[in-house]
Amino acid sequence: MDQIALLIAATLASGTPLAIAGLGLLINEKAGVLNLGAEGMMLVAAIAGFAAAFTTGSHTVAFVAGAAAGAALAACFGGLVIWLNTNQYATGLAVSLFGYGFSAFVGVGYVGQKLADRTPFEVPGLSQIPFVGPALFKQHPMVYIAIVMIAATVWFLYRSRAGLVLRAVGESPESAHALGYKVRWIRLLAVVAGGALCGVAGAFLSVVYAPLWVEGLVAGRGWIALALTTFATWRPVRVLLGAYLFGGVTMAQFALQGAGVNFSSQLLAMLPYVATIVVLAIISRNPTWIRINMPASLGKPFHPGS
Amino acid sequence: MLKLEPRAQPSKLMSLASPVLALVLTAIIAAMLFAALGKDPVKGLTMFFVEPWSNQRQISELLLKATPLIVIALGLAVCYRSNVWNIGAEGQYLLGILGGGGVALWLTTQGIVLPKVVAVPLVLLGGVLGGMAWASITALLRDKFNASEILVSLMLVYVAQQLVNYMVFGPWKDPAGFGFPQTKNFDASTWLPSLLGGTRLHIGFIVALGLVALIWVFMFRIYRGFQLQVGGLAPAAARYAGFSASTSLWTALMISGGLAGLAGGMEAIGTIRQITPHVSAGLGFTAIIVCFVGRLHPVGIVFAGMLLSMMIIGGELGQSRLGLPNALTGVFQGLLLVLLLACDTLIHYRIRLRSALSPAH
Repeated sequence: MDQIALLIAATLASGTPLAIAGLGLLINEKAGVLNLGAEGMMLVAAIAGFAAAFTTGSHTVAFVAGAAAGAALAACFGGLVIWLNTNQYATGLAVSLFGYGFSAFVGVGYVGQKLADRTPFEVPGLSQIPFVGPALFKQHPMVYIAIVMIAATVWFLYRSRAGLVLRAVGESPESAHALGYKVRWIRLLAVVAGGALCGVAGAFLSVVYAPLWVEGLVAGRGWIALALTTFATWRPVRVLLGAYLFGGVTMAQFALQGAGVNFSSQLLAMLPYVATIVVLAIISRNPTWIRINMPASLGKPFHPGS
Repeated sequence: MLKLEPRAQPSKLMSLASPVLALVLTAIIAAMLFAALGKDPVKGLTMFFVEPWSNQRQISELLLKATPLIVIALGLAVCYRSNVWNIGAEGQYLLGILGGGGVALWLTTQGIVLPKVVAVPLVLLGGVLGGMAWASITALLRDKFNASEILVSLMLVYVAQQLVNYMVFGPWKDPAGFGFPQTKNFDASTWLPSLLGGTRLHIGFIVALGLVALIWVFMFRIYRGFQLQVGGLAPAAARYAGFSASTSLWTALMISGGLAGLAGGMEAIGTIRQITPHVSAGLGFTAIIVCFVGRLHPVGIVFAGMLLSMMIIGGELGQSRLGLPNALTGVFQGLLLVLLLACDTLIHYRIRLRSALSPAH
């Protein structure tokens, strides 16, 4: 039983960065912008967060630093694709490649460094319940904040006027423009917000989840988060569930190894990536379903007045 | 206030000037970065831009490192021109190393010594098939399941790396290797012949130049190549003309997977001559930059391949002589691509000063 409780706890922890990054990318994509730079933004944010936590010892400062780093990189991306009309795929890829190199460069001095120990967070009272306590209520606060953020995004997108405008910009930028909304600025705002969330996710990885810095720490989670938006057919709650599913798959490899399953650790390490491919293929199989759910202008540039 | 004004026609001049401009901007930022690191900027820039050309040994290393970049980028150019976003060339390259290296290893462990004219093509065929097999997963899932080729090909890079790890930690591990995760050294009969005595440069470079010509012919002189590009530029027109999108997808991915695999095969028997977990230094990703800097054109790719190879060598020199972190190369490569895409705006737009009197948008 204790084993299972620990596995659930580990699943929540490993799903959380995917959920936060996936949520950020969902907001991007709802506004019609596809940011393939997620991996790069998360990497730069991860080292920014780690450096901040290392210097100040504060997780809050680390998350702020991560969000700022992610937002800064996203703003560069946004400027290029929204104002200079560069190709979204190529630009996102460029941001990812740059982020990989830049984070490795900045992080050289932090490899092998340790963060100060902290007392693990527990939800008072609830964490004492047998089984449920260790499974659900001994997590880093960010795990719960992620759930709140998902709920807030649902409200924002489907219940607020600003969310309606954001979705309009993603569905039909021409109509939104005709109604007098500043499409490009709204898109930039969405991109920067998405970058900040990817940044929080990156900082979570280096400061809470790992907690350490190595080159390429994010290990493809940015790309998995991108795939998550498709799995979730662009619905926030499904992003959260998908993230936990992938968190579970990541943890399953360790559980299997721990249970003494005689299987190569290298082959087990493929599991999250193979699972991503399989689920992506299953979800995408019905083109009509994807077309109905996908923001109609996703990936398409918008030039007002031309 | 500056304003972008669309050009009536894309500017040919700017298409060629943009990479040069991006390179100059990268160099300026590099100089500032050197200064910030407390190194002499002139010395740093010399290390990256002049040193790699300084003597025969350096030039041979430069061409050696450019070879896989050029070969992979040629395939990617076919893909990107067809609007097939294969960004997982790294994985296809790794499978080329496994495929080619696997054949070489099998010949070695079986003690089969074939003449070079038989052994080398056999190994390279293994590489090509490995790369094609890996790319075919992406093609199949895109074609039959509508799954994004961007995400599938990228995810397969991580799977491929684990596959390499599995092989060298498991079935292919050299029993006499003191427990190191690496294969036996391949038998000398499988090695790629050298091109220039006393250097590591092998005939792969000539193969790469031959492929440049072949891909040029395919792109600009063969009907299938034309069909692919129509599909990339105007999918609706291609459908109307009856060009099959599925055939284009498969052709593009098989060419780029095969070429990335070939590059892997050549690397396996050309330079490393065994398989270790660190066989790739991200060449498949660098090749993407080569492809864009080379304007998706075979001839441009040759120059771009040499440029990016120069940056890799410059980074190594900077590390050993100036004590600069090796990761600097990655920063410059990423920066070059970002700046290039920004400069590419000048191909389709010209910058105009907007006077206060002109009507605002």
